[in-house]
Order: sequence, then C-alpha cells, then structure tokens
Amino acid sequence: MIATTHCELLVVGAGPAGLAAATTAAQHGVATILLDEQAAPGGQIYRAMTSTPILDRKILGEDYWHGESLLEPFKQSGAQYLPGATVWAVAQMTVADATQGFEVGYSVGGEARMLHAKQIVLATGAQERPFPIPGWTLPGVMTAGAAQVLLKSSGLVPGKGTILAGCGPLLYLIAWQYLNAGIKVDALLDTTPPGRLGKALRHAWGFLTSPYLVKGLKLLREVKAQVRIVKGVTALEALPGDAQKGHAQERNAQNNQALQSVRFTAGGRTETLAATQLLLHQGVIPNINLAQAVGVEQQWNELLLCWEPKVDSWGGTNVPGVSIAGDGGGIAGAWAAEHRGRLSALQVAHQLGKLTAAQRDAASAAPRAAFMRAVQGREFFDTLYQAPEQFRLPTGDTIVCRCEEITAAQVRETVSLGCPGPNQMKSFLRCGMGPCQGRFCSVTVTELIAQERNVTPQEVGHYRLRFPTKPLTLGELAALPQTDDSKKAVIRLKKPV
Amino acid sequence: MTEHAHTAPVIIIGGGLHGSSTALHLARAGVHALVLEKNYIARHASGVNAGGVRTLSRHLAEVPLSLASREIWLKIRDWVDDDCGFDQNGQMRVAEDEADVATLRTRLQTMHEHGYTHEEWIDADEVRAIVPAITPSIQGGLIVRADGSADPYRTTRAFRFKAQSLGARVIEGIQVLHLQRSAGQWQVQTDQGLFTAPILVNCAGAWADKIAAQMGEPVPLDPVGPMMLVTTAMPHFLDPVVLGTGRPLSFKQRANGTVLIGGGRLAYVDRERDWSELDFRQLAQGARTVCDLFPHMKQSVISRGWAGIEAQMPDGIPVIGPSSTEQDLYHAFGFSAHGFQMGPIVGKITSDLITTGQTALPITPFSIARFQTGAPSLTQEHFHG
Repeated sequence: MIATTHCELLVVGAGPAGLAAATTAAQHGVATILLDEQAAPGGQIYRAMTSTPILDRKILGEDYWHGESLLEPFKQSGAQYLPGATVWAVAQMTVADATQGFEVGYSVGGEARMLHAKQIVLATGAQERPFPIPGWTLPGVMTAGAAQVLLKSSGLVPGKGTILAGCGPLLYLIAWQYLNAGIKVDALLDTTPPGRLGKALRHAWGFLTSPYLVKGLKLLREVKAQVRIVKGVTALEALPGDAQKGHAQERNAQNNQALQSVRFTAGGRTETLAATQLLLHQGVIPNINLAQAVGVEQQWNELLLCWEPKVDSWGGTNVPGVSIAGDGGGIAGAWAAEHRGRLSALQVAHQLGKLTAAQRDAASAAPRAAFMRAVQGREFFDTLYQAPEQFRLPTGDTIVCRCEEITAAQVRETVSLGCPGPNQMKSFLRCGMGPCQGRFCSVTVTELIAQERNVTPQEVGHYRLRFPTKPLTLGELAALPQTDDSKKAVIRLKKPV
Repeated sequence: MTEHAHTAPVIIIGGGLHGSSTALHLARAGVHALVLEKNYIARHASGVNAGGVRTLSRHLAEVPLSLASREIWLKIRDWVDDDCGFDQNGQMRVAEDEADVATLRTRLQTMHEHGYTHEEWIDADEVRAIVPAITPSIQGGLIVRADGSADPYRTTRAFRFKAQSLGARVIEGIQVLHLQRSAGQWQVQTDQGLFTAPILVNCAGAWADKIAAQMGEPVPLDPVGPMMLVTTAMPHFLDPVVLGTGRPLSFKQRANGTVLIGGGRLAYVDRERDWSELDFRQLAQGARTVCDLFPHMKQSVISRGWAGIEAQMPDGIPVIGPSSTEQDLYHAFGFSAHGFQMGPIVGKITSDLITTGQTALPITPFSIARFQTGAPSLTQEHFHG
C-alpha cells in the first residue's frame, strides 16, 4: 500500500520555468514537489544538461549551458524532486477530502500513484508545430527538435544526406550545433516567405535593442558561410523510395518505403535532392493537453497561430489554484520562461500566506523587469517566422492525423458533411482519438475547419480533452491503492433481475 | 419568411438520439418537426455512450419496447441510409460466482414467466468457447446472440440527416429559455427569438427535468456521468459484448481493435457548464474488474477516458409518453445506460402518439405521473381523451 504524498505546491515540468518556480517557491517556505517526466532536469531546451555526453561546450553553445545556473539554486532550495514521473490526471471535485486540494494521478516506472497539492504550477512547455507535407510520415523524416534531443542526450548526429527544412531560429541553431560537431547538412530549405522580412521590420526596433540580435546574427553568418541555404521555399515534399539495404532506418511495415529524396520549389524553380534524413521544423506551440483537461480556458493567438491558455500577469488561470509558467502559457522563449516561473511562484507563495502582497510585489520587481527584457524583440521574430499557410493547411492525401491516418481531403470533405467543429470531426473520423490525443493534429484540424467554413479558429474551437493526458496501462490503474470511500461509493443502477 | 421559419407543426427540444428519432418518424408520417438543440446533435449522452444494442438485461417494462426496437436495428440501413456501425456479435452477462449464477437463473425464470425467450443460459464451457480470453473460473452466463453494438455518434447523425432529408429541420446552438402555452400554441422562447408550435416534445436528456418542472410535473431526475475508458487498438480477442452481474462492467472490442470499458461508475458532472471530471479511484475499481475477468488486459494501454452528462431516474426506467399536466406535450427522457438501443422505437412511439393518439406498445410504466403522489386517474384521462 503506497501512501499518498502531500505538498503545498506541485510544479509539473523541470524545464527553465519549472526549475525556477520550484526554487523560488521553496525559498519562500512553500512545501514544493517538482515532478518531471524525464530522468534528469532541463526540459527540452536544456535537455540532458546534467548527463549529455557532449563535453565540449562550444558544440551546444553557451545558451544551452545557461541552464546549469538553475540547478544549484534548485538543489539548495529544499524542494523535492520527482523525476521519471508522468502526470495523467488532476482531480478537484472527485477527491475524498476537499481540504487536501488537488489529487494528482501520476506514474513512475509503470506504477500509478496519487499525490495531493493545494496549488499547481503547470510548466509543461511547448511542442513542435506539426509540419504536414506529403510524405511527412515516411521513415527518415523527423522533426529538427527531435534530432536536437538526440544530439543533446546521446551525442547522436545524422549521417550523410541530411536536409533541414522549415523556418525559425531552431533550424539555424541546430545547423550551427552540427557544424560545431563537424557535421555539414546538405541544405537548409528556408520556407520563410519572401517579403516577410519587410513585414517584420515594423517590429525591428524591439529586435535591434534585444539580447537576441548579436547572438542571432553571428550564428546566421557562420551557418551561411558553410551550409547551402535555399530561401523562399514555397513547396516541399518528402518522396519515397524502396528502403535501401544497409540503411539503419526503420522500414515502413506496409510497403518497405522510406525517404529517398526531397522535392522543393523556390523562386519558381523545382529541384529534387537525394536525402536520407529530412529534419522539419516550423516553430513551437504550447502543449495544452494537461491545461485543457483541468479546465483552463484557451484562446487562439492570431500571430503565433496556435491555442494558448488564458493567463494573467502571474500565470494565473480561470481555475483557482492552477497557474501556468513558461512556454506552456504562450511561447516567449527559454529566457522568459525562468522569469515567468519565478513570478508564478511568488504569487503562489502569497496565496499560501507565506508572503504579503507587498512582499510579493517587491520580490517580483526584478523577475518582471528581466521578463520584459527577455521578450524584447520577440514580436519581430514571431512575425518573421510565422509558419506559412501552405505548410499549415495541407490538401489532398497529405496526412493530418498521424495516429489514425486521416488525410487533409477527408477533414475538408467532412466539414461539408455537417461536422463544423473538431469534436464532431473527432467523433466522425476518429482524428484526435489516437495515442497522441491530438497533439499532432489539433492546430491543423482547427485551421482546416476554419478555412473551409470561412470563420476564425477561435470560433471553431479545439478538441475537448480529458484525462488521462498520457497513456497508462489498465494494470497500472487497477493497482491504484483502494480507499474505503472508493469501495463504498455509490455504484449506479443495479442490473434488473 | 422569418415568421414561417419560426413555426413548426411540432417542436422537439433536444437533438440527441431520442429527439432525432422522433423527428425521423414524424417526417416519415409527413410531419416536419423542428429540433432545437442547445449544443450540437449528439453532443451529450447520445454521442458518448457505450453503443450497446441490447435486449439483454432489460427492466421488465422495457422488454417489449426493446424487442420492437430490435426489429428496426436489424434493418437500420433501410431506415437511415447508414449501417451505423452495427455489429451483431451478441451480448452476454457473465456469472463470476455462485451468487451471480443464482441471480441470472432467477432472471431467466422471470423472463420465461412473462413469455420472453430471447435470453438464453449458457454454461461455463460455452462461455469459454465464445470468449476464450475470459478467466477460466467463469461460471456461466446469459446470452442474446442477436444483440450487438453500434457507433452512437454515427447513429444519431444518421437519424438526424435522414429526418432532415424528409423535411425535418434542425437548429443547433440554440438555448430554450422559457415555455408557455397560449391560445393552443406552445410559445418557445429561446436565445434566438420566439418559436411556436401546437405540439411540443421534451427530449432534453439531463436537462429535461427543467422543462417538466415548468409544466408543473417535476421529476426526480439525477444528472449523472457514467465513465468510459477506451484502449489503444489491440489484436482481436472478443466478439460479444460482456456485461457483469455482481459487479458492474460493460466490456466490448470494436472492429478497429480498441476496447471500450464501461460499467456505470460515475464521474462528477456539472450540467450548467457541460463539464465532467473522471473519478480515477472509481475507474481503478472498474479496471480491477476487467483485469480479474480478462487477465491479459493488464497490459492494455488506456488512451482516453470520458463521461457524458446523462439523465437517470430513480427507478431505472425512463419517462415516455404524454404530459400529465398539459395537452400536446410529450416526454422522452431519463435513459442513462439503457437508451441507445431503444432510440429507434421510442421515436416511433412518440410520433404515433402525436399522429394517431395511441401506441401499440405498453408505455404505462413509463408515465411521468408515477412521480406524483396520487391522481392515477389523470393518466387514464390522457390516454383516452
């Protein structure tokens, strides 16, 4: 029988926001648990910072190693750390004892447990935006972020015939990190539309005075000097061929097909390049599944073209006791994330009676100023790197829901069959019902329906997600400790005799 | 034109299966009803139930209706131009121990005493032959081989679209605020204006008691959220739907390999906010039942859970039939856990009551009057007058 753990604050996610939030809360006397899915802290941006085999710091760069500055304060803070733990449910109304706050269901090593928390800070961060192009489900095609995780956590680099494609700073960052490790990708196909720079220049003042400018330009220069960059790519396809003998990649079980080449159009010319790996990336979006399942309202961000939770200046949401810190509350980057974590923690400390409002306000002055500096210049980036329409709104046989293999044509057609929203679409086509629970398809489906109906994505809405937000086995659930209450609880109608 | 659009011969409040089925049967009789649905068709119970198409284990009063509904299910494509995902692989209720065996044997006797032979006892060997994956300690069961399951959302949609193709109208996203009878017409005040009709049907599911209360015939309706879990796709191991006896369980594997686990344990629901919260400790109890009966399910992966907002009546049977206080008002609600299979026939019953004043099926036990103290004669008058 496993005892339930209790705390005042549960922080979910050990990226910069979560680490900073847990540290700050614990420093102010809040009994805090930091729970994270990975085996070591860092989230995605600082993934594997305590365990990476890449010891030469010049390869990953100083921005990556900045993450280390969050570790020592966390270790000293007194917060409890729970790694390798995946949250699958958060309960408020079905808890046995309401004075204990939330009841959180999570699993460690295949064992389901519960813990109680008065307050929760969700610091679950972002995920990569889906990039639905023809052939994106072929073996050999993956996201640039995933490739970067392999680099950070295992020191793995791709072999010959690697192409990067998409838009956004991450593509250039990873190209640069590969160069530092002695790997030159064959090409970087930049899908930023021509003329977009002009549109973004409206926000250039913010960017010119931001900390991103100097670093960004230096990195760009180094990549441009060594890697073939194709600008203004307007069309992109991953083309299959028979999986080659001797290639380490997985074979497609159905027809032995894998990535063989990449066809793209830029400046009116179409070209095909042989390729073994295609690494796609077009920005990151908040991962809203846990927030949505707990009842946090979402709003559509017109610039970043994604759903984001509605949060106040402390990360507070419409659900009392639940706040959000970091990119999970709206994309603002790693530097901003740690400051948002501190701000959320100060508000929580105040709400738990550890700080007066005046003390909270005094302590938050510095993180708030740092946050404002950290987001300077983001509007420029966000405008410049907004994912282009043709790569967000696929047509024809391009797969939209990867789990259930639903195509763009099916989704578009189904709107006219009387499915005006994603939940009807889900019930009719099964898109969003697979193991990823809509993470790969949600924004695409919302935007496709909006386009077909000629209404805004806000009006269309999003999937209605419930717990479990991550899969668990029936056996794990069955082994949850029983309480007298759960044994006695009223079962519905007895079967007639 | 607007004026015409705001009147109809019948207004049906609620676009679930019962509302859509009523609209279809009326349309077939040439009566073009208007369905007013506050969310979208099949948003609540009708879209998220377990999809059981069963005559098995019905309350005695429901048996004749259920058997009649089955006749429609067997030809569902002819009725609604869609097979609704109906798989006819049987339903069985299994006995885990001696007490369960006794319960089922008593049940069978009751069925036979009333002349019903659709439920059949099968012994342990036959249960294991039909369901090899079940625990070897199973003791036997009751089976209806002609039962099965279908897709609830798809079915409700099919009824809705067929009804519309025959002249019924549907408005979604419209909230009924107030009802009033005046000069032989129902005045239905909504958040999109006033609608009028001589006849009104209450198919408002978990919100139907609000309408009944406005009519001076309050009912003890309980909005409940029976919980469901579904797994990721698994290799085929189960044909019939399996129900529990001593402990609640509803267990089926669909054609796509996913396994649906129900049983009626309840979530927290807030019917004002259309919100539910699953009770994981209760789900854990349900998971234990499944793993006891089907040991290999320990490794199955739960991909999601949900709970609809449904209407439960204290005696476990729905409200069907005319109002006990008002002329030209009919009710069909309170079906949680047993409404899906009955949808096709209940719509016909209501339609027959409206167009001919009577129905061939015995609906007295479902009268709304049963929740009132005294005045059974009120119901009699309504049947004959």
